[in-house]
Amino acid sequence: MVLDRLAPETAHRGKSRVVDLAIKLANVNGTGSSSANNLLMQAFFRMGLPVSGKNLFPSNIQGLPTWYEIRVNGSGHTARVREFDLMVAMNAQTHAQDIREVRAGGYVVWDSSWPLDPSAMRSDVSYLGMPVAQMCNEAFRSPRARTLMQNIVACGAVVALLAIDLDIVSNLLAEKFAGKDTLRESNQHALMLGYEYARQHFDCPLPCHVHVMDGTEGAILIEGNTAAALGFLYAGATVAAWYPITPSTSLMDAFTQLCRRYRRDPETGRNNYLILQAEDELASIGIVIGASWNGARAFTSTSGPGISLMTELIGLAYYTETPVVIVDVQRAGPSTGMPTRTQQGDILTCAYASHGDTKHILLFPGDPAECFDFAVRSFDLAERFQTPVMMLSDVDIAMNDWMIPRLTWDDARVPDRGRVVGAKELEKRIGAYERYANPDSDHVAARTLPGVDPKGAYFARGSGHNEHGGYTETPEEYLQVVDRLASKHAAAAMHVPDPQIESRGARVALVTLGSCGPAVREAIELLDAQGLPLDYMRIRAFPFSPAVQSFLDDHDTCFVVEQNRDAQLRSLLVLETAVPKDRLRSVLAYGGTPLSAGEVVDGVRAQMET
Amino acid sequence: MPSIERPPIQHPGLRRNSLGLTIHDYEGSMSTLCAGCGHDSVTAAIVHALWEMETPPHRIAKLSGIGCSAKTTAYFARGAHGFNTAHGRMAPIATGAAAANRDLLYIGISGDGDSLSIGLGHLAHLIRRNVRMVYIIENNGVYGLTKGQFSPSADVGSTTKRGDPNQVPPIDPMSLGLSLGATFLARGFSGDKRQLVPIIKAAAAHRGLALIDVISPCVTFNDHEGSTKSYLFTRNHDTTATESDFVPPAPEIVASIPVAGVVSVTMHDGSVLRVRSVPDDYDPKDREAVAEHLRRAHAAGDVVTGLLYIDESSADLHEMHDTTDQPLRDIPFSQLCPGSAVLAGFGVR
Repeated sequence: MVLDRLAPETAHRGKSRVVDLAIKLANVNGTGSSSANNLLMQAFFRMGLPVSGKNLFPSNIQGLPTWYEIRVNGSGHTARVREFDLMVAMNAQTHAQDIREVRAGGYVVWDSSWPLDPSAMRSDVSYLGMPVAQMCNEAFRSPRARTLMQNIVACGAVVALLAIDLDIVSNLLAEKFAGKDTLRESNQHALMLGYEYARQHFDCPLPCHVHVMDGTEGAILIEGNTAAALGFLYAGATVAAWYPITPSTSLMDAFTQLCRRYRRDPETGRNNYLILQAEDELASIGIVIGASWNGARAFTSTSGPGISLMTELIGLAYYTETPVVIVDVQRAGPSTGMPTRTQQGDILTCAYASHGDTKHILLFPGDPAECFDFAVRSFDLAERFQTPVMMLSDVDIAMNDWMIPRLTWDDARVPDRGRVVGAKELEKRIGAYERYANPDSDHVAARTLPGVDPKGAYFARGSGHNEHGGYTETPEEYLQVVDRLASKHAAAAMHVPDPQIESRGARVALVTLGSCGPAVREAIELLDAQGLPLDYMRIRAFPFSPAVQSFLDDHDTCFVVEQNRDAQLRSLLVLETAVPKDRLRSVLAYGGTPLSAGEVVDGVRAQMET
Repeated sequence: MPSIERPPIQHPGLRRNSLGLTIHDYEGSMSTLCAGCGHDSVTAAIVHALWEMETPPHRIAKLSGIGCSAKTTAYFARGAHGFNTAHGRMAPIATGAAAANRDLLYIGISGDGDSLSIGLGHLAHLIRRNVRMVYIIENNGVYGLTKGQFSPSADVGSTTKRGDPNQVPPIDPMSLGLSLGATFLARGFSGDKRQLVPIIKAAAAHRGLALIDVISPCVTFNDHEGSTKSYLFTRNHDTTATESDFVPPAPEIVASIPVAGVVSVTMHDGSVLRVRSVPDDYDPKDREAVAEHLRRAHAAGDVVTGLLYIDESSADLHEMHDTTDQPLRDIPFSQLCPGSAVLAGFGVR
């Protein structure tokens, strides 16, 4: 019975010599738990172990349960898992729930200052009680330190239990509190309290411990929002507008910090950027449109509710052919939904955002490395195609630390500013400039910028217009422009990032997008071990490049794995490719947590068996 | 703003400004508004002001929202880029445009529905940010394009064409501006070009947002007996607070002779705005006193016109953000991209 409850990704654990460990730390938010969590995460990383951290936190500032999950995996699998080898249960409120998530044979570290609820007891896990609160009360005087240090004490016990390199952890504390000796000393003291207690009272290390390896060479840990902000810095964005919204706020916070550091005029010290916190998302997209129309690279970052507000002006940008870059860090909807929980529920909203016939270019980064890369490319695409480009990340990518190869930049790289007629060309011009006439092979007409030359003047309007930019309600003139816009969108398929494909000639495939990548790839390994070979495609953009169509053509059945209720990527594939509908099946996980391989395996097997 | 098609060749005797441009060069396409529309008179005043200011047309950017007023940006300065945006959203789009290039003259044309109803939130924040632009509300108390519904500036008791009275209190953009920290507030009447032209010129020279509320009657839906935004009502209730004279920046220094009752304000570009207060005690620099004057006038049913309030000392958008003098859009990419060496340092390792 216990075995039935096991997630498939847990079943092989402990049998292999490759490190594969999942720990979960259950805390109360606002108690300083994040520094202890990060300490452990970074310690694993410095030991050369591929690692990921998933922060599951409430939409709240203080007092509610919060969890941090760390996966350490020698094979590089960093997707979330559903069951844990070690639970550090520091929140009595959630003991029962937390202990249920421990794998059979796993361990629970708990604060034995208070009795454990008997209903939480299980016979198939080991309980490692440590009087954390009592220890802190004895060791620290201030009430604040007594609370904050509890997490570090627990961290010290974990270090001993899992054979984490103590020197690495001590060094991390020294780096973190460089110049703050008192803080460093009290943290080190707390760490050692837990470490020594564990060594004296428990069998350290546990059978599921870690050892040094070389799996992190050339890698960094970074959150997607930070990486995206870097991308916009490197793309040359000078204007940004936003309205505070979880989970996109940290992107603009990061961009602001970067600009303060790297965008001061070297001579005057004044700002080569302008970031505006707008009154709402209607305004933030409006500011971006105005700045882009006027020739600056401008972007906004938001989440689903912001996209809902922006849809009116996204249509204006689309129809006036104004480049716009929008980041949608997706969170669980509908409505306010679950602001700190992850989901991929805005795919269809974004693909066709705004009234009337509209279609947009979407980019689906799969990790922070692509958040950086796509942030840069989003501007090239937006300006090349003079249209909105939306980059859809999600809570998992945006706010969790992912291990990615160190970011690189080609100093010879020049931005693609698209077709812009400059002053010299306008001066030489004999005939009148016509805004939407003479499109190129991508169906893009050249634009002009305000303030450059009177011959370049035109009137941008969201109302019906002809190819000269003039107002029209004549069917032929209207159709000429809107049909070209459709062709332009289709042409973008040749310029957007191709899907990531891993093919071994299987007849069945898993198709996914965004943050689902690691879980789906791990699921392919697990299913392969069960005798079901599968191909893999991670779609990275809309419109779909020809490679998407041919991959679908090459497979009898594709399971589309995505994190929303309504199978939005599958719907988009049905609408926008020639794939027969019955060849696409869905594996959906949309409860708000990052995807695990187990959910994918379960979803595929359930359908293969029926 | 021609209401008739102009011949392609201009009369050789037309006066030219220092750029060699005639007043026709500041016009735009033919107006499609109703004959007698106040908005066409406002456009004429803008054309006149721009010609006198000798602004190169391509250094102007025109923005509007949606409504009859929004159409008028097509009717002046054909050599300027224009952006007819969405209903109520001109303010943020103008903000973004001004952010990207601080060197152009931004002229926004809005209406009372566009600015005081659907776009009220944006207008409030445009005022707070003190974005350097001329923002004209062509205020007629009704929605014209949708045929005569009350707008938020309709006075209590003012009636529709059918005689239905408005019962909800109006929003006065001038009082609103005072409370939100506006730095330039003026009210004009489309029927008084002599008053409006210097106000527009001063607005263009102002360091920050210049909000001009122009009572501009709608001849089709709101010019009847019972309307408080009609030509007749406005003429009968117009009480002038100030009279303005605008002196462009002069190369030589002219000693200004103090005149009783005249306030001289030096604008950021060196031009001088001379404001003569009509009631002797009216002080266009005293926010509280102006607010009180407007309250009293409103209670008496008067429409106060003229330059109502001015503050040349407050920081505008770019000063608040300490942005560099060079327009952001003109900064070369090489100065914006920190390069590969810097990037190599990012991320936890």
